[in-house]
Amino acid sequence: MKLIFRVVTVCCLMLIANVWADEARPLHDDVAVEAQVRRLSEELRCLVCQNQTLADSHSELAEDLRQEIRVMAIKGMSDQQITDYLVERYGDFVRYRPPLKSTTLLLWFGPFALLLGGGIGLFLMLRRRAKSAENSPLSADEARKVNALLNKES
Amino acid sequence: MKRALLPLIIFLVVVGFLFVGLNLDPREVPSPLVGKPAPAFSLPRLDNADKIISNKDMLGKVWLFNVWASWCGACRDEHHVLVALSKSGVVPIYGLDYKDTRLDALQWLAEGGNPYVATAVDENGRVGIDYGVYGVPETYVIDKAGVIAYKQIGPVTEAVLRDKILPLVKRLQIQ
Repeated sequence: MKLIFRVVTVCCLMLIANVWADEARPLHDDVAVEAQVRRLSEELRCLVCQNQTLADSHSELAEDLRQEIRVMAIKGMSDQQITDYLVERYGDFVRYRPPLKSTTLLLWFGPFALLLGGGIGLFLMLRRRAKSAENSPLSADEARKVNALLNKES
Repeated sequence: MKRALLPLIIFLVVVGFLFVGLNLDPREVPSPLVGKPAPAFSLPRLDNADKIISNKDMLGKVWLFNVWASWCGACRDEHHVLVALSKSGVVPIYGLDYKDTRLDALQWLAEGGNPYVATAVDENGRVGIDYGVYGVPETYVIDKAGVIAYKQIGPVTEAVLRDKILPLVKRLQIQ
């Protein structure tokens, strides 16, 4: 009885292994190639579902593009060459890290410009406020109130 | 008084930007291929798999290259526009049947009418990648020298045809 149970268990385990084997994606044997495919597909945007990377997306185009990247990686093309290949076809938008050029200056430096502008504005405002507080003497009414409060405490 | 207006002005500018942003379509990504030679292809024809059609066959004329598929819902929306255009004879339309099965594609043309002079079959989507296709339907206007002059992402509507594609085609045909 115990033996039958064991055999059935082993058979079940083998079945599970088979199911996994079926679902696995066609991966290349070369570990370096797969690492390059993964690295690149995490850096590149899927244009069908624009907020996902090629690695995250299950769209058909993303799968095609991953396969395309794999073919290029097997050919021994560098990351730069593969990225250029895709940018040539889909534009800079395909990259999650947009390159620095005249059309992307605002994108790259806009937030810093805003921060700087806000900082300068805040600095000027605080300085003006400090100055106005220093330079305005108390009116007679205010002086009397201050004295009253001070006397009360002591 | 002036100082009180400043935040309001900044607020209105931001609202202005956001309002314009609301009406932009994030799916319309400018194609880097506009102004560049159309990528070469050489594919079997839909009506006859033994015959090969190549982009070089169309050199010397202005043509539209429409990427479609029988599984594509938005293609159904633009189909009657393309059929009407092909009947007018203003500009030849060639098709790229993208990641489709031949039988479904042929049935689709039999049902909806065939606006294409010829259709190339891109079964595995390789030519689609060369053309930067990411959302079918897409339509390219290609000039006499084989350079892409315009790319329409999404269906060709009567308005797009009237305002953008036809004026461009007329201009290119004179050149």
